[in-house]
Amino acid sequence: MFKFIVRRLLQLIPVLFGVTLLVFLMLHITPGNPAAILAGEGASQETIDNVANRLGLNEPLHMQYIYFVMDAIRLDFGTSWRTGMPVADEIGSRFWVTVELAVYSTILSVFIGIIAGVISAVRRYSFTDVGIMLLALFGLSMPNFWLGLMLMQWFAVQLMWVPASGWGSASQVILPVIALGTAGAAIIARMTRSSMLEVISQDYIRTARAKGTKERVVIYRHALRNALIPVVTVVGLQFGYLLGGAVLTETVFAINGLGRLVVDRIASRDFPVIQASVLIIATLFVFVNFLVDISYRLLNKRIDLD
Amino acid sequence: MANQDEKLVKSEASFMRLRTSPKMRSLKGFYRKLKRNRAALVGGYLIILLMIIATIGPFFLSHGINDVDYTVRLQPPSSEFWLGTDHNGRDIFSRIIYGAQITLIVGFLSVIFGGVAGVVIGIVSGYYGGKIDAVIMRIMDVLLAFPGILLALAIVSILGPSIINVIYAVAIYSVPSFARIVRGSTLATKELEYVDASRALGASDFRLIFKHILPNVTSPLIVQATLSIATAILTASGLSFLGLGAQPPSPEWGAMLNDGRGYMYDSGYIALFPGLAIVLAVLAFNLFGDGIRDALDPKTK
Repeated sequence: MFKFIVRRLLQLIPVLFGVTLLVFLMLHITPGNPAAILAGEGASQETIDNVANRLGLNEPLHMQYIYFVMDAIRLDFGTSWRTGMPVADEIGSRFWVTVELAVYSTILSVFIGIIAGVISAVRRYSFTDVGIMLLALFGLSMPNFWLGLMLMQWFAVQLMWVPASGWGSASQVILPVIALGTAGAAIIARMTRSSMLEVISQDYIRTARAKGTKERVVIYRHALRNALIPVVTVVGLQFGYLLGGAVLTETVFAINGLGRLVVDRIASRDFPVIQASVLIIATLFVFVNFLVDISYRLLNKRIDLD
Repeated sequence: MANQDEKLVKSEASFMRLRTSPKMRSLKGFYRKLKRNRAALVGGYLIILLMIIATIGPFFLSHGINDVDYTVRLQPPSSEFWLGTDHNGRDIFSRIIYGAQITLIVGFLSVIFGGVAGVVIGIVSGYYGGKIDAVIMRIMDVLLAFPGILLALAIVSILGPSIINVIYAVAIYSVPSFARIVRGSTLATKELEYVDASRALGASDFRLIFKHILPNVTSPLIVQATLSIATAILTASGLSFLGLGAQPPSPEWGAMLNDGRGYMYDSGYIALFPGLAIVLAVLAFNLFGDGIRDALDPKTK
C-alpha cells in the first residue's frame, strides 16, 4: 500500500508540471502582448516596455516559468491587474465559499444519488425504477444555471421562502446547492443502479439468499457495500465538476466565490487573478483524485492497481 | 458538463465491450437493434425533429429574431407571441427556433473537431505505444485536470469571448475522452489474431489502422460522439450564459437566458422557455447516446 501511495504521488509530478505550464502559458499564448494589455490602450512604447520589465516579461521564458511556480508554491500570485490588490487576498475568502458550495453539493448528490440508485436497482423495471431513471435523465440534461434560475423564480421570488442571492445562512445555501448538486445526484443514481444490478446478479449474493439471509441484510450488507466501490471514483470526479460548475451557480445566485471572480475578470483580462484561480481549482482537483484513487484501493483489495 | 465524468468511468468498463461485432458492421443490423431500444428511438426522432426545426423552421416564422418593438415588451404567451416577448419586444418563440441552428452547429462542429483530434491522438497512442503513448496520455491527464467548464473557461479567457472560440474551447475540452476511448479500443484490437496475420502479410501501418483498427473503434466512437454533443451543448450554452460565448443580440439559448435574467422577476417565462429548449436538445442526445450504447453492447440483449 505504501509503495502504491508513493508511486501515485510520483505520478502527480508530470500532471502538476503540465497544469502549471499550461496555466503559465495562458498569459503568453493570448493574442496580443500582455504588457500592452496591462498598460492599456494607447500606451506609449516606453510605458509598455516599463510594464514588461516590471512583470519580468523580458526574462527568458523558462526562467519566467520557474519564478511563476516558485511564487505559486508560496501562494504569491502577484497583484491584480484591475484592482492592484494582491491576488492571494482577492482569492482567499472566495476560495472557501466555492469549496463549501462544491462540498455541500457533493454531499447532497451522493446522499440522494445512492438512495435513488439503490431503490431503482432493488425494484428493477418497476414503475418506481422507471420514474427514478427518467428523473435522473432529466437531471443530467438540465443546465445547472437554468435549474438555479427556476428554483430562484419559484422559491425566492414567488413563494419568498428563501433569499434569492448571497451566501452564508442555511436559507441562502439551499437553492444553489440543489441547483449544482442535481446533475451529480442523477449521475450517481445511474451509477449506483447499474453497479448494484451487476453485484446482485453475482453468485455470492445468490448464496447469501440461499442460506436464508433476510433480503434487507443481503441488499444492505452484502450487495451495497460492493456496489458502492465504483461509485467512489465518481464522487471524486463529481467534486471536481462541481468546482467547475460552481462558476455558473455562483453567477446565478450572486455568490462571491472564485468562479464568479474568474468570470468577472475575464472581460477585463485580469490574468493574474484568472491564472491563480484556474491553477488552484485544477490543483485541488488533482489532489482529490489522488485521494479517491487511494480510497478506491483501500476499499477494494481485490484489484491490483500496480 | 456533468455527464462527462460518467462517460469517463463507463469508458473503462463498458466501452471496452463495444467493439463492433461483425454482424453490427452492416447498417441494417445496427438499425434492427436500435429499433428495439425505445430510448434510442425517441432520442433519434427528437434529434431529427431538432434538425428539421433548425433548417426549415425559420421559413415559417412571422417574426424576425431582432424585430424590436417596445410597444409589446414583456408580453406573456399569446396567440400572437406563442412563448411571449422579451424586454425588447422580440418574439421568444422565433428566437428559440433560430437558436436551434446555433445550438446544433456548435454542438456538431465542436464534437467533430474534438473527435477527429481525439481519434488521431488515441490511435497514435494506442498503436505505437511506448514512449509516445506515455507522453500523450500524460498530456491528456493534464487536460483532464481542469474540471468541467473550467478548461473551456480558461480557453475562452485566452482567445476572447465569441461563439467561434466557444467551439474551439469545447472541442479541446472533448479531446481527452475521445483519445482515451480510442486508445483503449486500439490496444484491444491491435493484439487480435487477424490483425497480426495482416501485419505478417506485410500490411503497412496505414493500412492496418484504416482497414482493421478504425472499423473496430466506430461503435464506442459513435456513442461517445453522441453523448459529447449533449455535453457540448450544455457547456456552450453555459459559456454564453456567462456572456463569454454568443453575444447579444444572438438568439443563442444560453445568451437568451442571460439577456432575460433581469426581467425574470415579473416575467418568469423569459427564462423558462430557452432553458426548456436546452433541456430538450441535451435530453435528445443523451437518450440517443444511452440507447445506442445499450444496443451496441453485446452484454445487454
